[in-house]
Amino acid sequence: MTGLRQIAFYGKGGIGKSTTSQNTLAALAEMGQKILIVGCDPKADSTRLILHAKAQDTILSLAAAAGSVEDLELEDVMKMGYRDIRCVESGGPEPGVGCAGRGVITSINFLEEEGAYEGADYVSYDVLGDVVCGGFAMPIRENKAQEIYIVMSGEMMAMYAANNISKGILKYANSGGVRLGGLVCNERQTDKEYELAESLAKKLNSKLIHFVPRDNVVQHAELRRMTVLEYAPDSKQADEYRTLARKIHENVGNGTIPTPITMDELEDLLMEHGIMKAVDESIVGKTAAECAVA
Amino acid sequence: MSQNAEKVLDHFSLFRSKEYVDMFENKKTFENAVPVAELQSAADWTKTREYRDLNFAREALVVNPAKACQPLGAVFAAVGFEGTLPFVHGSQGCVAYYRSHFSRHFKEPTSCVSSSMTEDAAVFGGLNNMIDGLANTYNLYKPKMIAVSTTCMAEVIGDDLNAFIKTAKDKGSVPPEFDVPFTHTPAFVGSHVTGYDNTMRSILEHFWDGKAGTEPPLVREPRDSINFIGGFDGYAVGNMREVKRLFGLMGIDYTMLGDNSDVWDTPTDGQFRMYDGGTPLAAAAAALHARATISMQEFCTQKTLAYVAKKGHEVAAFNHPIGVAATDRFLMEVARLTGRAIPEEITRERGRLVDAIADSSAHIHGKKFALYGDPDLTLGLAGFLLELGAEPVHILASNGTPEWEARVQTLLDSSPFGKDCHVYPGRDLWHMRSLLFTEPVDFLIGNTYGKFLERDTDTPLIRIGFPIFDRHHHHRYPLWGYQGAMNTLVKILDKVFDVTDADTMIPGKTDYSFDIIR
Repeated sequence: MTGLRQIAFYGKGGIGKSTTSQNTLAALAEMGQKILIVGCDPKADSTRLILHAKAQDTILSLAAAAGSVEDLELEDVMKMGYRDIRCVESGGPEPGVGCAGRGVITSINFLEEEGAYEGADYVSYDVLGDVVCGGFAMPIRENKAQEIYIVMSGEMMAMYAANNISKGILKYANSGGVRLGGLVCNERQTDKEYELAESLAKKLNSKLIHFVPRDNVVQHAELRRMTVLEYAPDSKQADEYRTLARKIHENVGNGTIPTPITMDELEDLLMEHGIMKAVDESIVGKTAAECAVA
Repeated sequence: MSQNAEKVLDHFSLFRSKEYVDMFENKKTFENAVPVAELQSAADWTKTREYRDLNFAREALVVNPAKACQPLGAVFAAVGFEGTLPFVHGSQGCVAYYRSHFSRHFKEPTSCVSSSMTEDAAVFGGLNNMIDGLANTYNLYKPKMIAVSTTCMAEVIGDDLNAFIKTAKDKGSVPPEFDVPFTHTPAFVGSHVTGYDNTMRSILEHFWDGKAGTEPPLVREPRDSINFIGGFDGYAVGNMREVKRLFGLMGIDYTMLGDNSDVWDTPTDGQFRMYDGGTPLAAAAAALHARATISMQEFCTQKTLAYVAKKGHEVAAFNHPIGVAATDRFLMEVARLTGRAIPEEITRERGRLVDAIADSSAHIHGKKFALYGDPDLTLGLAGFLLELGAEPVHILASNGTPEWEARVQTLLDSSPFGKDCHVYPGRDLWHMRSLLFTEPVDFLIGNTYGKFLERDTDTPLIRIGFPIFDRHHHHRYPLWGYQGAMNTLVKILDKVFDVTDADTMIPGKTDYSFDIIR
């Protein structure tokens, strides 16, 4: 297993984690790296662009059908996609029932026991929204992912989520080897986005590893269930992902132990950059009508 | 109705008195009870082939599975090491179950602690329970090692033992160099044999691979000794001592890994022993250097043996060997691995066993048996029954895998007595009930829970397995070795003769010749 790089992508829901990770991993595959993607999201869409289809046979759906995960074989769940990237989706329960976190634990244990990681240069975990429970922290346990990349944007809630994820990493960083690899800013074209992302990264004792500009070609590729690397390999956006891939590849061993900040500090950060004004305490909790009267 | 303080009636006698009998009868008026005839016809229907087919088509329900959960096996393996206190991370009731289960079977106290997770720990994670629990365990009970496993609750919320134990050590719960091997044992995966396997492997990994990163891993320097692993075994006390005796006679240099023979058989001499016996921790570490590792129960040690083999040991696995041929194979393999001859004394024991089998052959030959239990035990017993010329018609293991099924089938195919016998992996005791009604046998072999099958189906029960709560001290006598096979033979014969006697009890009606000789 020496030489195997294990990384994980975390970030707020809808931020473009799966899109960013798949494009970046496609670029890594282009560099000749042998990749395994482990989707850890019940929606099972972490490998859609690589496979050109949403994976139907998730580990947990097959295990439920077979009666137990012990009855599964690796071949049943592993699919080959673009540039021979191997893909598995953990899957999980329907919204509102069951325990998706336990599903992540079950799936990763299964993959390790079945020797799924043999022959891979990279294992990448794509994890949903937020580290809401112990199960979603499975990829950052000891001997799992060594570096975590947080996908975020200049929106306040995305930054808030990035900070929360850092707290989760910190829990495991002191006792284990997991480190924060860096932030990936997926441009939303909010005010002073680049500066904000850079300052947040600094506050978190990390770095902004790459700023991915917004480009509609990503949408065009998505509609065709493809990565930009495959759909438009000569585009400028494909080069952006190649740059990100190269930066991640060269980032080995450079991860840091994050220093999460408080909500107040986060608000201060927004104020520093003039995004948010100092709160006028007299208007807190007043409706528009009340303010107009005053 | 009232009790007399001078002569208190036991509930058996009390409830048989007229007042109670009448009261039970009158109570039916208020119970909206179905007519007796209807009840009887439904009960009779459950004995039919039609019901059996429906029963075997059952998908979403398990009735009386003959298996327990992983942490029970974890506790079993952990107490086999010197001064080791099993620590189960999770809710408290689970641990009460493991302790009472062992205590009821072995009639000895079983020490085991819980991190007592409650609602708040379920929400916030059990880290604080681990920190406080380890500190309390270490300070109150002064163990030499704490072996951590988990219950369902800790597993569902995703508590990470590795990180938690490191953090607890950083916070000073136990000294940094104190041995705290750990393994995740989700109770909803596998059974107690899986938990035994996971724990045995985690303890070996702890000692051999650098104690969770606190020391450099040990480097193997092969020696001539061998390791012995018994597996989860209700007869651990008798079996381990018998194996030690045999190894002693052969002059073998060996280490028993997970030796719980003294733990569950402490003498009453006025001194309480919280810990007694067990594999010395230094010996567990040095076991890495052995040339070979023998497992008596393959299905209890699959992951452990794979790990041990990777370390360079030759491995030999048996399936709870009982009988002449099975013991032959075991001893000859031990002789081969150690280069030691099998002494005359053991050969004479073999001869005595063969003699005993021949003496009683007429009473067992052709008898039909149903048996259930753990995968290895059922394999060992089925092999012995075939050797005796009996037919193990129904062989069932709730925790039996397809691999086990294939192994049993191979065994059945190897003997003419196995021709009409069938193997049932993953089935429960309600399935067994259908089998006993539709394809009756002469005897049932199983644990204490078989008592209700005996009552229901009128099949005499021979108690061999785990747990045995309602007969005492059988765990002190081995099933392994030629002497163990002798014990097993006697257990079976005693029941055969009891049944024969019960069938010939009425002079002139069922007994014509006043037999006293069988």
